[in-house]
Amino acid sequence: MNDTTSRPAPVSSPGRAVDTSVPTGDRLTAAYLLGVADDAMVYAQRLAEWLTNAPQIEEDMALANVSLDLLGQARGLYPHIGGLDGTGRSEDDFAMLRDERQWRNVHLVEQERADFGFEMARLLWFSAYQVELYAGATHSADTTFAAVAAKAGKEVSYHHDHARQWVVRLGDGTEESHRRMQAGLHAVQPYLAELFDDDPVSRAAAEAGAGVLPSSLHDVVVTRVTGVVGEATLELPSDSRWRSRGGRQGVHSRPMGHLLAEMQHLARSHPGATW
Amino acid sequence: MVTTTRTAPEAVEAAVGAVPDPEVPVVTIADLGILRTVRVDEATGVVEVVITPTYSGCPAMEAITAHVAHVVRAAGWEPRVTSRLRPAWTTDWMSEEGKEKLRRFGIAPPAHTATAGPVPVALGRRTVDCPRCGSSDTVELARFGSTACKALRRCEACRETFDEFKTL
Repeated sequence: MNDTTSRPAPVSSPGRAVDTSVPTGDRLTAAYLLGVADDAMVYAQRLAEWLTNAPQIEEDMALANVSLDLLGQARGLYPHIGGLDGTGRSEDDFAMLRDERQWRNVHLVEQERADFGFEMARLLWFSAYQVELYAGATHSADTTFAAVAAKAGKEVSYHHDHARQWVVRLGDGTEESHRRMQAGLHAVQPYLAELFDDDPVSRAAAEAGAGVLPSSLHDVVVTRVTGVVGEATLELPSDSRWRSRGGRQGVHSRPMGHLLAEMQHLARSHPGATW
Repeated sequence: MVTTTRTAPEAVEAAVGAVPDPEVPVVTIADLGILRTVRVDEATGVVEVVITPTYSGCPAMEAITAHVAHVVRAAGWEPRVTSRLRPAWTTDWMSEEGKEKLRRFGIAPPAHTATAGPVPVALGRRTVDCPRCGSSDTVELARFGSTACKALRRCEACRETFDEFKTL
């Protein structure tokens, strides 16, 4: 792995160790797509944790299948990103050999696995976001991204429908399931704004025709989720005062390091191992 | 320098088309529509094969790629297997023969014509016929089955559970 090229650029303002440089051309597309791929990769890892932990065995299977789709989406993008940024990095280099500060996913997907109600709230929002993101991305000037998006769009709409069915079933279910589903919606609320934040890289990539402007997805995603929440007799929480931020610049929350340690342990302990 | 005797171009094409799906071995990759193109170049001896995944993360793709390469080499040709994402695979590409093979194997084949774009599926609205007894009185047990491309159902008439190939 070529470590030097992917490390954040030197920081100009002391005390604020955030990569704020915006590349151009293919490197810009690469930097933007890394956010898309890392969201999918990290959430794939979180969802895979439900295997043997879901409320029923069918749900073990379901969430593992959703995880597999997301993993496939990340795999479709990583080698392409390695080509665009000139490092030639492989999918394994991206997934297994990057440190925390080199990841560009939002905080929502890295949060620890918690109550099933939390997971369905997270999947409802994230899948709605992906449905709209990929719909927009089919028009991307980057033909690889457009192809991955056309394929993945069908998958994520199935994920969204799966989450919708659970949210309605739990919300419009027993007193306890309603309470826990509502608590899940509250728990994910602080992490949503980050999905729709126009960070400098996303804005530049959208202007260049390669990316989708995050803020342009906000209203359609909220409409999508609001409909489900209403059907589920739940309430959409008002915007939280504290909001997560910094994921797209490589600044992550506490659970991220633990996630990477588990995910990368084998590959790092046995470099180059194959079977 | 090629020392192996090559088979006829039609024979290697047929051999590639006959590669079975590793998860559902009663159907071939040609039946499923996973196989998109086979191009035989007699001048170079290269057989170019283009395949497409059913789902982005389908783990069978690696096994299929290896199997196709093996079959081509065994026929004395040089394989070049590539994977293509666009246009995205749809169950509409599945042959009628392939659907009938699935049914006989006990898997309900996908319905005709997948609709483009996201379609919210209401519980129990679709009718899927039981591949064993033919009854349309079947219910969905799980939206995700033993592989990414299948869901799990039960027939209320004969009480058997069965896999359904999801319409995509």
